[in-house]
Amino acid sequence: MIEIEGVSKIYGDRRVVDDLSLSIPEGSFCVFLGPSGCGKSTTLRMINRLVPFDSGTIRVGGDDIRQIRPEALRRRIGYAIQSTGLFPHWRIQDNIATVPRLLGWPSQRVRDRVTELLELFRLDPETYRLKFPQQLSGGEQQRVGVARALAADPDLLLMDEPFAAVDPITRAALQGEILRIQRDTKKTVVFVTHDIEEALRLATDIAVLDHGRVVQWGKPVELLEHPANEFVTRFVGGVDASAFSLLSLRKVAERLQPGAAAEGEPLSADASLRDALAAMTARHVDRLPVVDAAGQPLGAVTLADLVR
Amino acid sequence: MTAAADSPFSKAPDAFSFGPRPYNLVIPVLFAVSVAAVLATGFVAIAPNRLVSGRPIGLFTAASLPLAATIAGLGVMLLATAFVPPRPSLHRVTAIIAGALVLLLLATSGEAATTMASSATGLARVSLGASFWILTGAAALAAVDAVQRAAAGPGEQIAAIAIIAAGFAAMAHAGVFDALSLAREYQARQTLFATALLRHIVLVVAAVAPAVLIGFPLGVAAARRPGWQGPVFAVLNLLQTVPSIALFGLLLVPLSALATAIPTLGALGIGGVGAAPAIIALILYALLPIVRNTVAGLTGVDAAAFDAARGMGMTPRQRFWQVELPLALPLLLAGLRIVTVQAIGLAVVAALIGAGGLGSFVFQGLGQYAADLVLLGALPAIGLALLANFLLQIAAGLAARQSR
Repeated sequence: MIEIEGVSKIYGDRRVVDDLSLSIPEGSFCVFLGPSGCGKSTTLRMINRLVPFDSGTIRVGGDDIRQIRPEALRRRIGYAIQSTGLFPHWRIQDNIATVPRLLGWPSQRVRDRVTELLELFRLDPETYRLKFPQQLSGGEQQRVGVARALAADPDLLLMDEPFAAVDPITRAALQGEILRIQRDTKKTVVFVTHDIEEALRLATDIAVLDHGRVVQWGKPVELLEHPANEFVTRFVGGVDASAFSLLSLRKVAERLQPGAAAEGEPLSADASLRDALAAMTARHVDRLPVVDAAGQPLGAVTLADLVR
Repeated sequence: MTAAADSPFSKAPDAFSFGPRPYNLVIPVLFAVSVAAVLATGFVAIAPNRLVSGRPIGLFTAASLPLAATIAGLGVMLLATAFVPPRPSLHRVTAIIAGALVLLLLATSGEAATTMASSATGLARVSLGASFWILTGAAALAAVDAVQRAAAGPGEQIAAIAIIAAGFAAMAHAGVFDALSLAREYQARQTLFATALLRHIVLVVAAVAPAVLIGFPLGVAAARRPGWQGPVFAVLNLLQTVPSIALFGLLLVPLSALATAIPTLGALGIGGVGAAPAIIALILYALLPIVRNTVAGLTGVDAAAFDAARGMGMTPRQRFWQVELPLALPLLLAGLRIVTVQAIGLAVVAALIGAGGLGSFVFQGLGQYAADLVLLGALPAIGLALLANFLLQIAAGLAARQSR
């Protein structure tokens, strides 16, 4: 979906992005992870030409983005940011309708799309349509911000720390919603964050950035099991934290002993190893039966399997 | 609990309290000033002719008993409202009493003048005294204060002003004020007055409109290029510090030279004196507030909203008209309000260089030592300024509500 090849950005004598290359597959949830100043946000903003780059090439859906007029490029890419950037003088319906109107959609289609998006984000259309952004809570504003980014149904969505400014409970809810929507719609998402937990929860692929370079690029599990260097190790939070994170990422199905038997309330094969450990600890057992989604027995998992 | 205990001032030690305490301090202060003014100064002044200063006559001597008593009664009622626990309906009652008091004071001044004039010679002049101005000013302030406390909407505010204006116009039409020397000065120059008032408005519009046409693009350019702001503001600030009379003088030489060099310009009425230098000076003074408010309005636009507008694919023009300008509008209108009020005042001075307008009465009056002629120029100028201020403030308020 996105090919970034040898891209650099220089401010004065500082290489903010340094010969960066990445290939982001279609339908993936790609997270740029790194400390502030690592170039993750700059790289994201290069994809929709908000930041011009000095060398290299970026292709979106096969097209060199420098061959496309910036406004036309941006209208086919969703864009959501941390402080929402909602227009304070426009009602919620007009904010969400921004890109469809720029694209000249007929008004009935715009209206239907606004209704659809408000419902998708579990905001009652009749309650919210005519409100102004200030009348909404931070979490609601952020939902509207993401709804606005999705309004023209873009294949690609760029999100720059969209949930950094909301409280942890709201953030978890918003993460759940974006994950659900991304899985349902198969859109490609590029998501910038400095929060390792957020990255592990959302990402199918993570690029860890430092000093404008990609220091590691891979699946979340790879990052935890085989950190590329000392920087990644430190950034993912050391051994203890990553051990628990690993347990959350691996599924019971991966450690299952097929056909084995065990007593008690069965676990789902989809459950994480962390869930399994929690269930064993709570019930004081070292062995639990496992069933598939339909409830058919698959086998068992033991405490030893979890730490194998 | 007593009313006094509810008062916001109930924390003061009881030893110092005497009687109930007011909820609203504005009205008691205005009341005290008004009482002092009535006791110490004249409501009208009578002079044997137009050029000598008059002998002050107090309210209760000058006005008939029913009118004077009603004024006192309304004043006491107004004072009483300050001691009632506040609620919106109370503020409306206060505003109505204060507005009625303003109209009653106007009527009383006319009645007193008529009585005084009828008992004197034809040359005698009855002018308005200090306590008339203080009482009317106090009643008007009380009305404005009450309207603000009632949080009245723009419609109600306009209606209140219209009622007072209609009352004044009706009384003027009925000849209530005819015996006042101010009205006599007016009657002696009715056509001149209409011409001067119109001329004044034309001067202001002819200065403010080009100032907006120059200042707004200049402000937009300065907001886009922060490097320009230093030099632009340095020049405009310098212009602002030149006294208006000096600026008229400075323009006299180049403009008369220009008119001599190009006779066509002279034929069009452009020269060292007259409207041309006045309008140019008013434009120069108007530029700083317009440019400053334009820059402040545009640079104050939420950076995230601007970033989002770019990131969603708005063109620079769409960003300007749909996002930046609406969000900057309240400050732009505030700038327009400042320069309009400023130009109305400065245009009075422009009469000195032959620009005409209400200032011509002021300077004639100063020359003839005729205070009422000065007032004939000054009062409408003040009225125009207040009206422009009021209307543009309402417009800015509506714009702010739109772009919250």
